[in-house]
Amino acid sequence: MRIGRRIVTTLKRTAVHAAPTVLGIIVLDFLFLQLMPGDVADVMAMEAGSATAETVAMMRERFGLDQPMLAQLMSFLGHLVHFDLGFSPRFNASVVDIILERLPNTLLLMMSALSLALLLGIAVGSVMAAWAGKWPDRVLSVVVLLLYSMPGFWVGLMAVVLFSVKLGWLPSDSNMTIGSDFTGWDLVLDRAAHLVLPALALATFFVAVYARLVRASMLEVQRQDFMRTAHAKGLHPFLIQLRHALRNALIPVTTVAGMHLGNLLGGAVVVETLFGWPGMGRLALEAVLGRDFSVLLGVLLLSSFLVILANVLIDLLHAWLDPRIGEA
Amino acid sequence: MSLLSVEKLTVAFPGQIAVRETSFTIAPGETLALVGESGCGKSVTAFSVMRLLPPNARVTSGRILFDDVDLLSLSPAEMREVRGKKISLIQQEPMTSLNPVLSIGLQISEVVRRHEKVSRGAARARAIELLDLVSIPDAHRRVDDYPHNLSGGMRQRVMIAMAVACHPRLLIADEPTTALDVTTQAQVLDLLDDLRHRLGMAVLLITHDLGVVAQWADRISVMYAGRIVEQAGIGPFFAEPLHPYSRGLLGARVDVDADEHYSRNRLSEIPGSVGSAAGERGCSFAPRCPIAVPGCRLAPPPLVAYGERAVACPRVDA
Amino acid sequence: MSVETQLTDLGSRAAPRKGRRLRAFVRNPTFVAGMVILAFFVLVAISAGVFFPGDPQDMVAQPLLWPGEDPQYPLGTDSLGRDVLAQLAYGTRASLLVGISSAAIGLAIGMTVGAIGGFFGGWVDTLLMRLVELFQTTPTFLLVIVILSITDPTLPTIAIAIGLAAWPTVARLVRAQFRSLRESDFVMAARSLGYSRLRIIAQEILPNALPPVIVAASVMTANAILTEAGLSFLNMRDPNVLSWGGMIGDGRDQLRNAWFLTALPGAAIAMAVLSLNLVGDGLNEILNPRSDES
Repeated sequence: MRIGRRIVTTLKRTAVHAAPTVLGIIVLDFLFLQLMPGDVADVMAMEAGSATAETVAMMRERFGLDQPMLAQLMSFLGHLVHFDLGFSPRFNASVVDIILERLPNTLLLMMSALSLALLLGIAVGSVMAAWAGKWPDRVLSVVVLLLYSMPGFWVGLMAVVLFSVKLGWLPSDSNMTIGSDFTGWDLVLDRAAHLVLPALALATFFVAVYARLVRASMLEVQRQDFMRTAHAKGLHPFLIQLRHALRNALIPVTTVAGMHLGNLLGGAVVVETLFGWPGMGRLALEAVLGRDFSVLLGVLLLSSFLVILANVLIDLLHAWLDPRIGEA
Repeated sequence: MSLLSVEKLTVAFPGQIAVRETSFTIAPGETLALVGESGCGKSVTAFSVMRLLPPNARVTSGRILFDDVDLLSLSPAEMREVRGKKISLIQQEPMTSLNPVLSIGLQISEVVRRHEKVSRGAARARAIELLDLVSIPDAHRRVDDYPHNLSGGMRQRVMIAMAVACHPRLLIADEPTTALDVTTQAQVLDLLDDLRHRLGMAVLLITHDLGVVAQWADRISVMYAGRIVEQAGIGPFFAEPLHPYSRGLLGARVDVDADEHYSRNRLSEIPGSVGSAAGERGCSFAPRCPIAVPGCRLAPPPLVAYGERAVACPRVDA
Repeated sequence: MSVETQLTDLGSRAAPRKGRRLRAFVRNPTFVAGMVILAFFVLVAISAGVFFPGDPQDMVAQPLLWPGEDPQYPLGTDSLGRDVLAQLAYGTRASLLVGISSAAIGLAIGMTVGAIGGFFGGWVDTLLMRLVELFQTTPTFLLVIVILSITDPTLPTIAIAIGLAAWPTVARLVRAQFRSLRESDFVMAARSLGYSRLRIIAQEILPNALPPVIVAASVMTANAILTEAGLSFLNMRDPNVLSWGGMIGDGRDQLRNAWFLTALPGAAIAMAVLSLNLVGDGLNEILNPRSDES
């Protein structure tokens, strides 16, 4: 029950602390949006090709875009309390609906990329630490450094060249085969096949970060006294690394992984655009280019929530990993 | 007949030789104190017996016979059978010797499960028993505590519990009480002594505290700059130390009964420092020795036995 | 030596034995390797006009020549018949300029905010940290896009946008350093001598807070180059300036037949970022030495 209580206290503390932050984000983003030249009426008029000044003005009035900034802000906040993020003229749907449609796709992509990065990163980092100074470590260090330096979207493109164009193994567009109606296992496989390359592209950079971190962390842990105690008990080296060393070494990794959640969403913008993945990142870009402020504001708000949530999760994970933290 | 017999052990690090041709024995059930100042190589000797040296250390010569088996010739897997079961270790710093993220119950039961085929439940029960044995109050509740929930003295007791869990024949205690306050020191040493009698363990006690040695050890080996310079039983040693270094050590203590006061006497000290031994071709202690002659600097003096005692100094006649 | 002189010496603690420091830099292989590669790129950026006179955006040959097909165009041509090698060379400028200037902006803002918050503490610190949090809670790339959309993308605005999104990390770092150094003995000594707070911040604490900031600077530059590449790929770039990311974006349509058009600029980005990461790693080793490095 220690865990349960901790969750509640963390959530309460976060809510109190985050409320002004979220408000600040809304105000700040609103400011940015107002500074942007043009609005959705302009863009839609431009795309339609022909629009008179009257129609544009009418559209503005319909969507409340001709109101003074403060009035618009108040209106937005008022709607927000009712969990209403407004209406998008461009998509012709409520913002909440648009976001909810795309959110699961992005979450799937981000979680897959993060899990992949953590698994690979921890494995590679452990290997590097175990053979520290010898040739497996040196070779992997170079590989890791390269992964750290390559743009994720470029790795994605190269992977597409190899796996889609040359080998034809994996698809490179969207998150499913359009127009298909797979069910059951076929559906899972189809979705998974579409997920591989985008997740890989997104994960590249982070694999390198975790590998380096785990290597440094594991090497640091080896020098601790309790490691000699573990060896003195005659335990198998593998067990010692897994049970004694890794759990200590993972603590800094969780902190860093939590901080990455924000960057993951940003990186998703490029990867989703590249792969035509129907997610929030691509939505954000479309909203910016189309000056669709309600959608953009909704996306920014939601991503901030995600970051805050990630911090909460990291906090809890920390407490679970390190019992010293749990005692408040 | 000896349980442990270290023969001419030499351990080298890049840049210096930490242990030079060191030999000593421990009989079953006896406590041998290995004494010397910081850096004389006593901890390295202890870790060599367990083969737990850091990766840049090399054993360049010698044998370590335990029950007539040379530990240095064992494979890593065979050595793992010895550690924790036949020989175990207690380290100096109780604050850092226990894994902070695992419960003490787990850390004790894992050594039991490693060497004996018992279920998790049985191992946990054993852990509670052992915590009782080392006088941790409320053992069945504290077994799930984490190291940071315990005081330094209690952590050291947990270390002892872990070390004796599988009834080892030899316990190596590397300065077990140096990091503890005086009252706790006495308690822990009491506990160790009690356990070794009950379990019939031999103890290799590494320390720089002669007071501890006088109270708890059966025999003493004095180390200086990587070499053993004197070996003797406790009584004869304290009655009459032979090697000039031993005499210096014993002379450097303050005797309560002698009614000394700083206004009248100065603490006697051994002049110079251990560093003077570096590069010395002869006796390492010669640069600081009050009775050295030029002949002492030619070659290191061998450890010569005189009955039950041994001294590495040709200028002493026993 | 009088106490006064000793304390004055403490004040100039920021000027250590320069000779020894310099040699440590040169001896570190990681740092040297990184600097060599970086120097190469800087050279290319400066001398692009010399080796590739004329406008790199000019059509010069048959489109979609593969590397090696025509010795005059060793890295081939793109879909508009432009020389890829020349484009790569000129593209170095955009990457380096944006990388360095955005890092400079981020550092300037971040160090100021972090120093003020860390030194003064109290409500000033809380307020500034709230501001930092505000910026950090929005995903960085999204923030850059939003800021960039306020104006037209040009090299300067791109650099400003990236810098504005990157300063919070530096601020946090500098603040942590200031908070710990604030309580050191030499600061107390300076205070007791009546030095102004500005002087203490600038002359006493800042020089000692620098090592992790220097390392962070190289990382920031590397990230800025990657961010700029992403932006250019998404077509949020200066239309008059060649950039590697833009080349990748342009080459994307030719992925089937001429994938070298995306491969080569990406490799260039990777090399440039690699050099900065090597420099950063090397600096880390030099400035934060560990007692043993396996």
